[in-house]
Amino acid sequence: MLLIRCPYCEEERPELEFRNAGEAHVARSANIAGESDDDFEKFFFIRSNPKGIIYERWRHIHGCARFFNAVRDTVTDRFIMTYKAGEPKPSKLPKNSNDVVSK
Amino acid sequence: MSAAFRIPGAGRLKQARTASFSFDGKSYAGIEGDTLASALLANGVHLVGRSFKYHRPRGFLSAGAEEPNALVQIVRDDARKTPNVRATVQELYDGLAANSQNRWPSLSFDVGAVNDIASPMFSAGFYYKTFMWPKAAWKSLYEPKIRAAAGLGVSPDRPDPDHYSSRYAHCDVLVLGGGAAGIAAALAAAETGASVIIADEQADLGGSLRFETGARIEGKDGFAWAQAAVASLKGMDNVRVLSRATAFGYYAQNFVGLVERVSDHLKSPGADLPRERLWQVRARRVVLATGSIERHMVFADNDRPGIMLASAARTYLNHHGVAVGRNVGVYTANDSAYAAAVDLKKAGVNVAAIVDLRDNPTGPAIEEARALGIEINFGRAVVRAGGKLRVSSMTVQPKNGGGERTIPVDAILMSAGWTPSVHLFSQSRGKVAFNDETKRFVPGTYAQDCVSVGACNGTDGLSATIDEAYAAGAKAAKDAGAKATKGAKPKVDAGENWSRGMLGAAPGAGPDTTVKAFVDFQNDVTAKDIRQAVHEGMRSIEHVKRFTTNGMATDQGKTSNMHGLAIAAETLGKPIPQVGLTTFRAPYTPVTFGSIVSHARGPLFDPTRRTATHGWAARQGAVFEDVGQWKRAWYFPKTGEDMHASVNRECATVRKTAGLFDASTLGKIEVVGPDAAKFMELLYTNPWEKLEPGRCRYGIMLREDGFIYDDGVVGRLAPDRFHVTTTTGGAARVMNHMEDYLQTEFPHLNVWLTSISEQWAVVAVQGPKSREIIAPLVEGIDMSDEAMPHMSVREGKICGVPTRLFRMSFTGERGFEVNVPADYGEAVWEALWAEGQKHGATAYGTEAMHVLRAEKGYIIVGQDTDGTVTPNDAGLDWAVGKKKADFVGIRGLTRPDLVAKGRKQLVGLKTKDPKVVLEEGAQIVADPKQPVPMKMIGHVTSSYWSENCGRSIALALVAGGRDRMGETLYVPMPDGTIEVEVTGMVFIDETGGRLNG
Repeated sequence: MLLIRCPYCEEERPELEFRNAGEAHVARSANIAGESDDDFEKFFFIRSNPKGIIYERWRHIHGCARFFNAVRDTVTDRFIMTYKAGEPKPSKLPKNSNDVVSK
Repeated sequence: MSAAFRIPGAGRLKQARTASFSFDGKSYAGIEGDTLASALLANGVHLVGRSFKYHRPRGFLSAGAEEPNALVQIVRDDARKTPNVRATVQELYDGLAANSQNRWPSLSFDVGAVNDIASPMFSAGFYYKTFMWPKAAWKSLYEPKIRAAAGLGVSPDRPDPDHYSSRYAHCDVLVLGGGAAGIAAALAAAETGASVIIADEQADLGGSLRFETGARIEGKDGFAWAQAAVASLKGMDNVRVLSRATAFGYYAQNFVGLVERVSDHLKSPGADLPRERLWQVRARRVVLATGSIERHMVFADNDRPGIMLASAARTYLNHHGVAVGRNVGVYTANDSAYAAAVDLKKAGVNVAAIVDLRDNPTGPAIEEARALGIEINFGRAVVRAGGKLRVSSMTVQPKNGGGERTIPVDAILMSAGWTPSVHLFSQSRGKVAFNDETKRFVPGTYAQDCVSVGACNGTDGLSATIDEAYAAGAKAAKDAGAKATKGAKPKVDAGENWSRGMLGAAPGAGPDTTVKAFVDFQNDVTAKDIRQAVHEGMRSIEHVKRFTTNGMATDQGKTSNMHGLAIAAETLGKPIPQVGLTTFRAPYTPVTFGSIVSHARGPLFDPTRRTATHGWAARQGAVFEDVGQWKRAWYFPKTGEDMHASVNRECATVRKTAGLFDASTLGKIEVVGPDAAKFMELLYTNPWEKLEPGRCRYGIMLREDGFIYDDGVVGRLAPDRFHVTTTTGGAARVMNHMEDYLQTEFPHLNVWLTSISEQWAVVAVQGPKSREIIAPLVEGIDMSDEAMPHMSVREGKICGVPTRLFRMSFTGERGFEVNVPADYGEAVWEALWAEGQKHGATAYGTEAMHVLRAEKGYIIVGQDTDGTVTPNDAGLDWAVGKKKADFVGIRGLTRPDLVAKGRKQLVGLKTKDPKVVLEEGAQIVADPKQPVPMKMIGHVTSSYWSENCGRSIALALVAGGRDRMGETLYVPMPDGTIEVEVTGMVFIDETGGRLNG
């Protein structure tokens, strides 16, 4: 079981309190009705599914109930950082990821 | 009376504390502190089991958790019959009853042993070859026979009466393993004030100090020092010592699972004691001090009872005071077995000879054995063991060939060297590295915040181990945030030091031989089987493992994996690291289901949700059905009624007079705020801005792909307040769906969402008399058709308590849904029921509800839709706002496939024979005469007997269904094809007059 830091509660809580909500930074177009088939396909169906660093959404569903974003390594399952919904994709990741999850 | 092989003065057990026990029905005497193994050995019993495949007689190989042979069934009572218990781990208690396994009719005469003679038939991979043909025989013949013949223990056939508990814990430093290394690491970490948990699988900590007579620490015998150190650890507030606790799994972020055996060693465990306790520990740092496991020598008939690991014989002697024989032989490729010979010799046991594969080894262990006058043979191999139910001799030959000599013995102690226990390290996703010089895999690259110390790290010698462990314990505490160490490192006065040993088959069991030299005792895998697997094309060690079953089953190859790997590597002509190592997976030793399930079974497996009227319904004799976690009243049979009679009566009564139905399980969400209507516009297909307060609308929610996700009636209580209902099963996910959009896509909207599903109890009163039943109880609401038409909502009081009174219908009759605070649900229901009785109303359950709504063609999302149905497919296009610029799913609805012709559409079906009720899920074809496989054009989604229609009715998804009105289609079933006619979805009151009348 993972420990996940909720950026709203500002503490680590057990994975049982959270639910994964898919890839992050997939924005819904303000003019979605006018989107081309290709653009809608990219928005709705295509996901990066990386081996390594993934930016994904989680919800602290059995806690504060907020959705937030996380950076996780899909190989080690290690959470590198979490940040609030609406904040931009981090351009730089912390070097020592250990310190983030178990300080 | 002391047992025959108990040596006076030897061991640490108190002779006064006796315990009687039985094995296969025969009574024996043991001593408290014995394991079942040591107690049996004290009585001279070596034969304890039959092997898995060949049914060969087997004895004890080890004195610990790695035991592959001595698996027994422990029987406490009719319900407590635990199979596959390692006799080497099971602690003795007075009255213990154990039985041997996998033998018939008896342990010493086992019919299955014919497999041993017929063994050429059962070589590696025999399952895959022998039972391939004919295919049909697998299920009817081969599998049942194999399962009957190959089982180990027998599962208990009653529910487990024991209870199990579960605890979570956090600590700075978790030390796994309580030998010299683990204790030293725990002392160092504890002295800093860090919170420490140290866990060990044995009843008393001490690890190999249990048998190492050469160890002296702080002026004490090694084991005595360990007990004193543990006592001081137990006295510290920041330390928890877990004994009888096995760390079985190492998971992400230093999360370790341990099982503590709480009462399996007790004669009469108190009723309040759990049998086992699962610990889930999160540690900032983990110190792995898991030790090493001795390997056996691979030679012909090395599985005869009486042949065991040298360290096991030392444990039985030095700890339990038991001699494993009177005239023992020793076969070794390293120094540690010499210590066993020396200990036994000093205890008065005759050591017939030491056979050492090495040519001219030197060292203090060898000198000591020689000084005691023990015969030592260098450069020689044991090529064969004699005896069947017990070893009787060992045949010795120079390792490069030559004259044989047979030496009578009653036990052989063997050691091929020690394998570091890297199981937990490897589970932590660390990568092991092969040390070519010492021929062992040791921890290489770490993946988590842990460190390995002592024998599991490939560190030899007690002094070096304590140095390393103490430093690592202090560093782990510091890294976890503790202050610097202030204690002192334990001083090692003397320790044993072992050299390397060998891997693979010994001379006499080499490539040119056909002898049964066992590599894996539990799976009956010989050196020859491993070679055969390679010859038959297996290249990866993972394939060799699966082909031969080497390293499988309860012991997971703790003694066999390295030998198997070395033989495969030799046969392949490759170095060991290139052949690889099989993956170490949890659990380290077998874990009971009970400990993992803990209290989560029976009624506690999953929460049960009951509505406010549950007790009333139960008193009325309602039959309940499970709907998710809810218990819902299914139907209310009167005396003598079966389900059909009850449902028919309920359905007819609702349309004739009225019925009461508990609709409380529907999901309910309050959408509140200045932007509530805007939010509703985005989440539902319908228009909401112009819905007047006090009115209701049937809403459809889509996913972004355009498919129906949920539906329900929504009432607008005020300009900024909507009372939204969802399906029973959709309540939680609809709330999640709404929150997701509100928080992440539409955060600019000023809206609050509140789940109110459990705050409001809902009594649906449906039928022509519904208003007459409710009106006398209501205050402040004009319920006339003019003031309160169909699809409206009013707030007021009923029976003096607040209500949200909806006029809505899921039956097609005039109907109301009375929402009251859940605490008043039962009282209001009873008041309505009393009024209803005056009009002959019935209570109806979910089955009648389903029939009544199907008679009107009202869909149930999830039954008549399946996640691939659009509003148009369901005939609900009218509910999609055509002028809206945006809502979730608007783009998905215009995808090419969703607007294509020929999509499956919901229609009604009437069977040509009105008495035939279709099966839900049945497939529909246009032409029943076409060859199989037929083209299926749809399926039945809902189907019932309708008493009100006097015939069966059904809904179905059919390709191009609305263009097929009046067409005859066919439903092929196993006992004949059913003719059906395609109709509209409404079977009663097509004009809807009853809704308003």
